[in-house]
Amino acid sequence: MSPPSPSGTSQRERLAQEFAKLLPAEAVLYREEALRPYECDGLSAYREMPLLVLLPTEVSEVQAVLRHCQGQGIPVVARGAGTGLSGGALPHSDGILLSLTRFNRILDIDPLNRTARVQPGVRNLAISEAARPHGLYYAPDPSSQIACSIGGNVAENAGGVHCLKYGLTVHNLLEVTFLTIEGERVTVGSGGLDAPGFDLLALMTGSEGMLGVVVEVLVKLLPIPQVAKVVLAAFDSVEQAGDAVAAIIAAGIIPAGLEMMDHLAIRAAEDFAHAGYPVDAAAILLCEVDGNPAEALQQLEQVETLLAQSGANAIRVARDEAERLRFWAGRKSAFPAVGRISPDYYCMDGTIPRQHLSQVLGRIAELSREYGLRCANVFHAGDGNLHPLILYDANRPGELAKAEAFGGRILELCVAVGGTITGEHGVGHEKINQMCVQFTPAELETFHAVKAAFDPQGLLNPGKAIPTLARCAEFGAMHVHQGQLRFPELERF
Amino acid sequence: MDLTAELCDRIRAAQAQHQPLELRGGGSKRFYGRPATGHPLELGGHRGILSYQPTELVVRARAGTPLAELEAALAERGQMLPFEPPYFGGEPTIGGAIASGLAGPRRPWGGAPRDLLLGVRILDGRGQVLGFGGQVMKNVAGYDLSRLMAGAMGTLGILLEVSVKVLPKPPGETTLALTTDPRQALALMGTLQRQPLSLSGLCFAEGRLHVRASDTSLEQLRAVLGPAATEEDPDFWRRLRDQTLDFFTRTDTLWRASVPAATAPLAADGDEILDWGGAQRWLRGVGSRENLRQTVQAVGGHAMMFRGPDRDQALHPLAPALAGLHQRIKAVFDPERILNPGRLYPDL
Repeated sequence: MSPPSPSGTSQRERLAQEFAKLLPAEAVLYREEALRPYECDGLSAYREMPLLVLLPTEVSEVQAVLRHCQGQGIPVVARGAGTGLSGGALPHSDGILLSLTRFNRILDIDPLNRTARVQPGVRNLAISEAARPHGLYYAPDPSSQIACSIGGNVAENAGGVHCLKYGLTVHNLLEVTFLTIEGERVTVGSGGLDAPGFDLLALMTGSEGMLGVVVEVLVKLLPIPQVAKVVLAAFDSVEQAGDAVAAIIAAGIIPAGLEMMDHLAIRAAEDFAHAGYPVDAAAILLCEVDGNPAEALQQLEQVETLLAQSGANAIRVARDEAERLRFWAGRKSAFPAVGRISPDYYCMDGTIPRQHLSQVLGRIAELSREYGLRCANVFHAGDGNLHPLILYDANRPGELAKAEAFGGRILELCVAVGGTITGEHGVGHEKINQMCVQFTPAELETFHAVKAAFDPQGLLNPGKAIPTLARCAEFGAMHVHQGQLRFPELERF
Repeated sequence: MDLTAELCDRIRAAQAQHQPLELRGGGSKRFYGRPATGHPLELGGHRGILSYQPTELVVRARAGTPLAELEAALAERGQMLPFEPPYFGGEPTIGGAIASGLAGPRRPWGGAPRDLLLGVRILDGRGQVLGFGGQVMKNVAGYDLSRLMAGAMGTLGILLEVSVKVLPKPPGETTLALTTDPRQALALMGTLQRQPLSLSGLCFAEGRLHVRASDTSLEQLRAVLGPAATEEDPDFWRRLRDQTLDFFTRTDTLWRASVPAATAPLAADGDEILDWGGAQRWLRGVGSRENLRQTVQAVGGHAMMFRGPDRDQALHPLAPALAGLHQRIKAVFDPERILNPGRLYPDL
């Protein structure tokens, strides 16, 4: 038995002195009031104080920090802008929080090769802003794009409302340079479209800071579409809206964005953003087409026809750019809008094969009654990524636990219909138990072995993303085997 | 036909006897990479499309399914594999198409196998059946070990099943061509790629720049290319993809370089095809492999010997730290090194 790890002020100060030899003193935060802002990321239900927060500005400093941590066995949690929604940057109580926010330089915009070379702390939207004079932009656009950093986007394989057509982060990266826990610099990918050997660029993307610390990123830039048109359609039922999505895809159209919101989400968003949404609708669809004018207008016409055929009771094309942005503002503000109608909300992130949408939403409504908690649904309808927002009040005893239990049931439901527990937010701290449902013990062991191939001591973001088998046993979850679903009630659908 | 149980037994036996295996799908890419060694293990019998719902944009198939069969099923519903996999005149399987990671002319816009691969079931070197990824477009649960299989040439596991994203075929595409030189072609390809056109092919070969785009982009395209551009037989793209253009039938060593698209021509005119808008180069008459590798590495690219003798160093060498990671990852999936050992690098 090892003694309980010492924590508290004395250990903090001693460690701070150690790291002050590697970094400027002002880059080492150890006083409680300085650490407090880092105790959680965008998922504020989970909080933990790190021993220290480090704010390096040079790659050589990060290397020195990692070598020291490796030598001393100190856990390291890397953090970008802290906007993540799964607790991926939740600090470790015995570790340091390594903030990359000072790596905020755009190193190069190369219009001829249509690439941007950036440091990890550069904000997602800042890349598009810097590329705009060249008629180019960076396509992935998570809702938090004004604040989130590209390093965090790489760590989480962030998505966004346009990823059906333009892909996720993994599809828009060319090269990533990261540091191993030994402080060694490794570059994966290349300046071309592929690299020799294993696709470690794909492996690093979405690895939640557990394999290495990203220090430089080369992203693809795309030409800004000449025209973007959005159409809003209202439906009397979620089923009809789901059928409309299938009809659009079946007609051979891949919209730039295809979003659905249910009744509660529509009302919250309308009250908040005054987007002009029909508040009586059971569901709305927002469908955006883009490209050159000929292509976009042709698709828009087709989409309008298909929406009408699918039973939309109102179809409105945004008349101008201002109205288009207003339509999107409602959708993009869905989370804060829901935050206004409830003291707290808990955002889920499952992905399902779209054909099961109405069944899954029906089951969520049943669970909502069972747990006595309201649930608003926003949905990246084109790619099946569902964001149920569970409304609760953390000040009411037991309500967070109920929300967590409800959320867990939703994620297990997603797995049962052939989907996944997380489409774009990551597993982090939050969904780690549900990993036991999605993967077999042998698969989880393979994940651990891959982690060990990069980080044998397990110091990078320990305890996140991949549960131990012991934890799964404790959680009591069993992998859902094909054909042996744990949810016999699904048969009723 | 489901051969999972038989293949499991074969792997377990091979592992117990330390018997290296050469994994064989359709055999269309045996020329590629380092030479295969080991006892042949035929995988083509493990075949069949398992699920395909066009509106979900996903097809799931056993890896031995012939590519031609799969593409025909998609075409019937107006869809396609966006990465335009090469056939090389053989009868490739979908598993081989994914495992090789190779993509055709549509790659800069449609993606490579790794971009379209949503999930896999594999048999690792211990004989364990493992599933990673899934059948949905967005999935970040666990490390992305499915994409890791794309391009690994079977060295990390035998692909049993793959789930691949499919897309609608473009309603109408036209190919235009223009006689020019490589530098001018590169400049034009750059101009076109900075405009929001629906492109699906950009290649300079044998003195002509070839451009494939949706009919909706045709007007803008003609504005850039000028009146000298004429409509061309779209079969050019198949001949480029399968390497049956005259350039590819020459017998000297064929090199492939992957570079930033705007990289200046690497070889004399006539000795270089500039595909993928400039990002993929096919080269003949390469004097020294070291010189070529240094040149492309200096611009952030890499080069491989694609067809020819002396296959032992076919792939671009890896930096030491990267090579170490490769070895440790190989050991995770195939500790006895029985799956296609040495097919990519000698120690993998």
